[in-house]
Amino acid sequence: MYYVTQILNGLGSGSIYALVALGYSMVYGVVKLINFAHGDIIMVGGYTIFVLLGMNAPLWLAVAGSIGFCAVAGVVIERVAYHRLLNNDAPRIALLITAIGVSIFLQNLAQLIFGTNQKPIPKMFTLPAIRVGGMNVSNTLLNIVVALLMMAGLQLLVNTTKIGKAMRATSEDAGAATLMGINTNSVILFTFAVGSALAAVGAVLYSNTYMQIKPMMGGMLGLKAFVAAVFGGIGSIPGAMLGALILGLAESLSVVLGQSAWMDAVVFALLILILLFKPAGLLGQHMKEKV
Amino acid sequence: MLKKQSKRRRRDVASLVTLAVVLVVYLVMQQLINAGIINAFLRGIINLACINVVAAVSLNMVTGLLGQLVLGHAGFMLVGAYASALFTKSVGWDLSLSLFPSLLIGGLVAAVTGLLVAIPALRLRGDYLAIITLGFGEIIRVFAYNLPFTGGPGGLSGIGTLTSRTNPAGMFNYLFPIAAFVIFFSYTFGTSRSGRAVLAIREDEIAAESSGINTTYYKLLAFVLSAFFVGIAGGMYAHQIGIIAPGKFDFNRSVEILMMVVLGGMGSITGAVISATALTALPELLRSLGKVISNIPVLADILGNFEQYRMLLYSILLICVMLFRPKGLLGRAEIRILPIYDRWRNWRHNKKAAAGKGGGAT
Repeated sequence: MYYVTQILNGLGSGSIYALVALGYSMVYGVVKLINFAHGDIIMVGGYTIFVLLGMNAPLWLAVAGSIGFCAVAGVVIERVAYHRLLNNDAPRIALLITAIGVSIFLQNLAQLIFGTNQKPIPKMFTLPAIRVGGMNVSNTLLNIVVALLMMAGLQLLVNTTKIGKAMRATSEDAGAATLMGINTNSVILFTFAVGSALAAVGAVLYSNTYMQIKPMMGGMLGLKAFVAAVFGGIGSIPGAMLGALILGLAESLSVVLGQSAWMDAVVFALLILILLFKPAGLLGQHMKEKV
Repeated sequence: MLKKQSKRRRRDVASLVTLAVVLVVYLVMQQLINAGIINAFLRGIINLACINVVAAVSLNMVTGLLGQLVLGHAGFMLVGAYASALFTKSVGWDLSLSLFPSLLIGGLVAAVTGLLVAIPALRLRGDYLAIITLGFGEIIRVFAYNLPFTGGPGGLSGIGTLTSRTNPAGMFNYLFPIAAFVIFFSYTFGTSRSGRAVLAIREDEIAAESSGINTTYYKLLAFVLSAFFVGIAGGMYAHQIGIIAPGKFDFNRSVEILMMVVLGGMGSITGAVISATALTALPELLRSLGKVISNIPVLADILGNFEQYRMLLYSILLICVMLFRPKGLLGRAEIRILPIYDRWRNWRHNKKAAAGKGGGAT
């Protein structure tokens, strides 16, 4: 029974990674930018919930406010930090460095405003207890269900709607998409908004699961979500989900084996292995580099 | 007309002048430290600046010359620091005897680690290479936390240092010449046959390969050299500070080194030197400025607690540099002696000409 709960735990934390990984994967798919600041959007979402709940706002408002605020934050970040570089066809290294800059900026800004210590989040959702092996797993199940729903919704959005088609076109060839009358600028903004909103959903689940937030929480979380996105095949929506769940399982497995001190190393070892043997990821399509 | 000088002669003159300037700076600073005019506070900053210069110049070898982003340099620095500190602690020789070999050992162990990382990592490039080096950097840190001989999260303490009351310039005497040598080496490497091969790979890897350059070999070479020198920087750091812990070599440290390279201009050695020195000195100087102007409450508070704002400022700087001057402050240019020398010759020539005309020219 211990193993079953550990597996469920792994899937639960994997679902949170998945929500971040989906955003990573989407943004990378459209603008080929590793948005380092994406993990920190989760932190922004967490603190928004903290502030709103602290002002005695109802739960639904805190959740909606957090999602809205993160979407706006994502758009602002794109406009202020990336837009100029994306439009000028700046070298990729410059974009990546800017993204790192944004990430450090968000972390330190939160540290200045809220202090370095972690903040407690009051209990958010009261769910009927579902017991597996003496442990209440209802929150874990909630995480998994929400993540799966979000993934399905995103899949529908990208594959069936008009804006989804525009996103796919921009991802394929931004120049040609512009010639076909697609406003790539607004597509990119939309992508950032959706990605950040997904991260905010992740923030809601994170706050509900761990009941505390801190300014630096986005760093490692974002990195692991990125690893998950690469593992599953960056640019692929089901891939990001699959990668994140495998990552969560691998983490809980290292706990089961009593090697929790090596947990982070396991995650990055997975990344290194997949990059060496299947650089396109589990479900990704291998793209030949153009000469 | 100005007399033409042969290229070789001009180069010799420039090298000699540079050497003389470095020697004079070294000797003057050494004397000032020994005389106590440069106090312990300033001395610490200068020593740290030397260490950061070595780290920045070494990262410049991959990020500037090879054009690849590496985010795990703190990991190699950690390896160098631990190897070097463990060596001096375990052999128990007098530190003036064991420091130099320990730095070499730190560098070599870091280089071997770099090679082990590079063989798989350099199959990737661009974003993926950055992420995979970041991953390796984190793994190295997890090792430092968990291995039996690294002292866990507390790290190693009681590492000897050469600076003492009777010999205040003890560490400086090692750190400054090493920094000067690393700059010199990096410069000669950049202009050597191998260095030009590395530059060619940066410009266009496929074109370089089709011109017969063994790209794998030269990429490995740049990466391993870079790891070697940052390992030495780690050893220098361990013996300057006296305490090392895994937390000191985290992602933020990698970013800090990257910041020094990016700000100065990726590919510019003098740029890296200047920005490494400035970024080391600035936080400390601003903090002491905050103490001086304690009668202006808000400003003094900000400056006095500068450590809190440092990374915030760095991140804004990083974003602004990338947005408005994506090549860094100096770009790929170097500050050289020769153009200054030429300007001086021109100036002297013009003055002579003016004097010859009897001061008629205005």
